Amino acid sequence: MKRQTKNLKASNPDRHGHFGIFGGRFVPETLMPAILELQKAYSKARRDSSFKGQFQQILKDYVGRPTPLYEAKRLSDALGGGFRVFLKREDLTHTGAHKINNTIGQILLAKRMGKRRIIAETGAGQHGVATATAAALMGLQCEVYMGRKDTVRQAMNVFRMELTGAKVIPVDSGTKTLKDAINEAIRDWVANVSDTHYIIGSVVGPHPYPVMVRDFQSVIGKEAKAQLKKVTGGLPDVVVACVGGGSNAMGIFYPFSTEPSVRLVGVEAAGKGTDTEYHSATLTCGDPGVLHGTMSYLLQDKWGQIKGAHSVAPGLDYPGVGPEHSYFKDSGRAEYHTIDDKEALEGFQLLSETEGIIPALESAHAIAWLKRLVGKIRKGSIVLVNLSGRGDKDVEVVREIFMGGTTV
Amino acid sequence: MNRIEKVFKKLEKRGETALIPFITAGDPSIEVTKGLVLEMAKRGADIIELGLAFSDPLADGPTIQAASFRALEAGMNTEKYFSLVASIRKESDIPLVLMGYYNPVLRYGLEAFARDAAEAGIDGTIIPDLPLEEAGPWIKACNTYSLSNILLVAPNTPQERIKKIVRASKGFIYYVSVLGITGARTSLPPQVAEGLEKVKSFTRKPVAVGFGISRPDQVKALSSSSDGIIVGSAIVRLVEKEFSGKDDPGGPKSYQRIGDFVESLKKATV
Repeated sequence: MKRQTKNLKASNPDRHGHFGIFGGRFVPETLMPAILELQKAYSKARRDSSFKGQFQQILKDYVGRPTPLYEAKRLSDALGGGFRVFLKREDLTHTGAHKINNTIGQILLAKRMGKRRIIAETGAGQHGVATATAAALMGLQCEVYMGRKDTVRQAMNVFRMELTGAKVIPVDSGTKTLKDAINEAIRDWVANVSDTHYIIGSVVGPHPYPVMVRDFQSVIGKEAKAQLKKVTGGLPDVVVACVGGGSNAMGIFYPFSTEPSVRLVGVEAAGKGTDTEYHSATLTCGDPGVLHGTMSYLLQDKWGQIKGAHSVAPGLDYPGVGPEHSYFKDSGRAEYHTIDDKEALEGFQLLSETEGIIPALESAHAIAWLKRLVGKIRKGSIVLVNLSGRGDKDVEVVREIFMGGTTV
Repeated sequence: MNRIEKVFKKLEKRGETALIPFITAGDPSIEVTKGLVLEMAKRGADIIELGLAFSDPLADGPTIQAASFRALEAGMNTEKYFSLVASIRKESDIPLVLMGYYNPVLRYGLEAFARDAAEAGIDGTIIPDLPLEEAGPWIKACNTYSLSNILLVAPNTPQERIKKIVRASKGFIYYVSVLGITGARTSLPPQVAEGLEKVKSFTRKPVAVGFGISRPDQVKALSSSSDGIIVGSAIVRLVEKEFSGKDDPGGPKSYQRIGDFVESLKKATV
């Protein structure tokens, strides 16, 4: 096993945001002052107890934290591997996914920096909804870039954003999905950098975003660690989370990353298969490169052109991944596996039927991967899964697939 | 002294400002790009900036984005770009600056990219998503092959940072006229000349200005405060108009009309 077993230190990047060869700041010069300002504001805020207090208060009163840790006994039985499965219920947060943890943190920071306008990108719409919600809470103007294709397949989330007062701007460039929405948001930021804060929704982008988003999301892992200790008296043996950009995974991994006995597993979307052109398995199939301001694994062709990604789960549909995941992969601290569309749908059904919990299609990838553990770990092992979001947004799409209207 | 430095020296003596047109290589075809470069060189361009298309050009506005996609659709890639440059080099001595995003450079390999670019006849590079902090390895590769890596200064770049950038930039310094992405603008902010003067106060290297400049009157207005003027989207738009028509895919007249436009811009620099 490649996993490090000693001298584990929390991975913190150097002052330019490098995790080994990954990370950094690859942005146009116009954005450098803003990014340096953000870095300064964030390092001040993270040491400020009033900022932390405010953040925790809102997480408690508004987001509904701590989220429950739930032992899924019927799911464990159905899997039949003799291991215990615990679900960290991020699906029960306000707005229905872990994304809100980060948007609350960043909106507080934007407010401290005196920004009056918020922009964001969104793929599935979950981050867009979480940003629009946070902006409404703070009374800030909000505009969300969303690929034209995604505005169609996630029309309900577009309406939710609009209800909370945000403007959704459909993006028609490139592949008309998440990657292009990020391009467009960056272009907006370059032009409006003095009064605008860009809330990136994952542990991607230029430094300090990967660190900042990780820190805001690590509330997931911190809570789960304490909750699990209370119930079982110890640490989990395995922690499992789906990985698109990787924020829910990093959020639950990070507090366990210094515990050598804990196996960290990220599950990427294999879409129609990693041997096809239609997948989002960036860490499994990609090569290091630079996109959206950071060096990380990427899906790219021979010439360094970025390839389109695919997954039945729109939130995993991204050809890049957070730089710290790339670092975890290369250092062996975490392992990354894949689940295809079909398996994810089976996971979706399995959790719905055994526990009465309809997971987001993204989280269904993590659930589906549990089958691979059967027979591979000792009986009585403890497996912690980040149930990053609820499936309400996906039921229509899944219904169409099950009725045979769409093939995956 | 490489070709870029020589041109600036020559123009300085004449009291002229360099005209630097930009087009995307391979938009709509390699043949057209070659024809356009030679035409523009003949009609008064002093340096030509040649874009290497990228799938995610995040510093560019809709016009150059569209040109990149047309070039990629037509099969443009790094290898073809270098052979295009080599074939231009056989017929013209005009300085050529490669504008491209970092990932294709990285993918090719920094050392190999710098070597093949220089060998083909590229004189300098502009990589808009490679700020000073990350540029070290690339600058090193450029130095090995005598390529000038041109760095950008933006209107909001603080003074201390300007000093570091102008020190590290070779060939010239690219001053970004506006906060924003590339694209023709009807009016430019009045502070552009002031910004240029500020950058020039920290360096004796040439400073060229770009982003948003699309008309001879704008060129004229900036000529006295700048050593070079970059016009991109306005020309790319013209290329699209002249060569992307379904019924009329462009001919000798098209080259000529683009040449006329370049000539009108050049006249405004004198």
